[in-house]
Amino acid sequence: MITGEQKPLEEIKGFLTNGRKVLVVGCGTCVTVCFAGGEKEAQILAASLRMSTKLGGDPKEVSDVTVQRQCEWEYLDVIEKEVQEADIIVSLACGIGVQAMAKHFPEKWVVPGLNTNFLGLPEEQGIWTEQCQACGDCILALTGGICPIARCAKQLLNGPCGGSENGLCEVKRVKKDGGIPVMETDARGRQRPVMEDVECAWHLIHERLSSLGKLDLLMEVQPPKDWSSSRDGGPRRIVREDLLLLDEG
Amino acid sequence: MTDQAATNGYKSGSNLEKVLRAGHFAVTGELGPPQNADGDHIREKAGLLRGFVDAVNITDNQTAVVRMSSIGAAIIAIQEGLEPVMQMTCRDRNRLAMQADFLSAYALGIKNMLALTGDHQSFGNHPTAKNVHDVDSLQLLGMLRDLRDEKKFDCGDPIKECEPRFFVGAAAAPEAGPTEWRPYRLAKKVSAGADFIQTQLVYNVDAFKKYMEEVRKLGLHEKVFILVGVGPLKGPGMARYMRDFVPGISMPDHIIDRMTKAATGIPKEEKQARRDAWRAEGIQVCIELMQEVREIKGVAGVHVMAIEWEEAVESIVEGAGMLPRPVVE
Repeated sequence: MITGEQKPLEEIKGFLTNGRKVLVVGCGTCVTVCFAGGEKEAQILAASLRMSTKLGGDPKEVSDVTVQRQCEWEYLDVIEKEVQEADIIVSLACGIGVQAMAKHFPEKWVVPGLNTNFLGLPEEQGIWTEQCQACGDCILALTGGICPIARCAKQLLNGPCGGSENGLCEVKRVKKDGGIPVMETDARGRQRPVMEDVECAWHLIHERLSSLGKLDLLMEVQPPKDWSSSRDGGPRRIVREDLLLLDEG
Repeated sequence: MTDQAATNGYKSGSNLEKVLRAGHFAVTGELGPPQNADGDHIREKAGLLRGFVDAVNITDNQTAVVRMSSIGAAIIAIQEGLEPVMQMTCRDRNRLAMQADFLSAYALGIKNMLALTGDHQSFGNHPTAKNVHDVDSLQLLGMLRDLRDEKKFDCGDPIKECEPRFFVGAAAAPEAGPTEWRPYRLAKKVSAGADFIQTQLVYNVDAFKKYMEEVRKLGLHEKVFILVGVGPLKGPGMARYMRDFVPGISMPDHIIDRMTKAATGIPKEEKQARRDAWRAEGIQVCIELMQEVREIKGVAGVHVMAIEWEEAVESIVEGAGMLPRPVVE
């Protein structure tokens, strides 16, 4: 699924200076499941914006609506009326939904209420982890179902590098809570972000292939990857001739 | 014109290659370029290394901190009479930039190239940078080998004349995880094209001997020259830091104890005396490590990393009985 985290309220407020009527649009699919941009979050954000802009002396009329999927035209048609009445649309969908809204309502100013993070797995309640970078040329058959493109900081294809120890990557991750870095005070009294451990993907791959008796897969030197199927080839597109609607007549 | 005829059967004809092929126990050093545009910095450091090592690694934005480029610093090293081993990481360049720099480096007289993954940018002074990693270190080795032996670019296009002919090196981290995989990773680097290997700093000789046992079982010591990474410790603090924070380094307690005891009896106020005592012991430990690893079958040399302490190299190499350095015609 696509994961996202809501932007800080102050940042979203900063997008609203040139309008009075604001419509917050939630999305009922991925971002609902990751508790970032569904109906409930849209209602809460709308209420927060109403309250906050009122307290700030520049009150906005903020309403909200949530569609099943912002990335499909038919669901956007349903909210035509609400959108037309608003000056600014805050989309709580992923980047796909924001762009679909902007394209579908070309005369409307559409701004993002979320940061779209990654293609991830709800690992456990409240924790999502990145699993896929949509590189367009899946190599999971070589790596025992663990992706080094998405899960190795250096995207190594012949790993692990020298930075793997006790199953952990030497590259740590800034610990975040709700998208905000968790800070601590160091010995010199300075604020610094708390870092947390990250598993070494190549350690995991080695462990898994070892347990399945398939380490020979790792002995082959993998050639440089063809990144043209990834974003390096420019915006990608899928065309399925068999699914195209025939022009009647 | 190709230089192959001029190299008398050598792959590159570099001094390092000649020393190793002649069966001498090789000594390489390391020179980190400055974080400024001062060429004299390189010239001064070069003076501390000249004559004491067979070749000198010129690091490539090491620890992901911006410095004078390895290609630029390597040229200055050549001008100063040092043979460079130019380092190239996969972090900062894609396959186009890498190959362009190989052509330039060779045209400018560089003959040894070390292919590295590269430290992650989060450790350096531009932690918000985008990294490249278009190819990894094994793929880079293959690229260097094919430029030389197949006379072709990574895309397969032929190099019509004057292919870059490098003596190709790779790194190995024998104590990094998963340790049981490390000999096989070395095997992969050898089959990818490595002519020589320089290891991460070795302090735990017992662990390294076990690694070499596996390496010999795979027959790798007969296919690649293995240079063991050694380095002088400046004090017990540095030893503990390496134990606790540097992945891939196994620091045995007896070395930490030795470093601690080196300043025993010297009052805390006498900072200079304590510092001198630690450093003298650090050099002595390094000398002993060099002598110990020299006895391990399959070890072809040492790579002395005296980071920001090039002054120590002469006494280390001399103390280990490895001077004068051989001259191979």
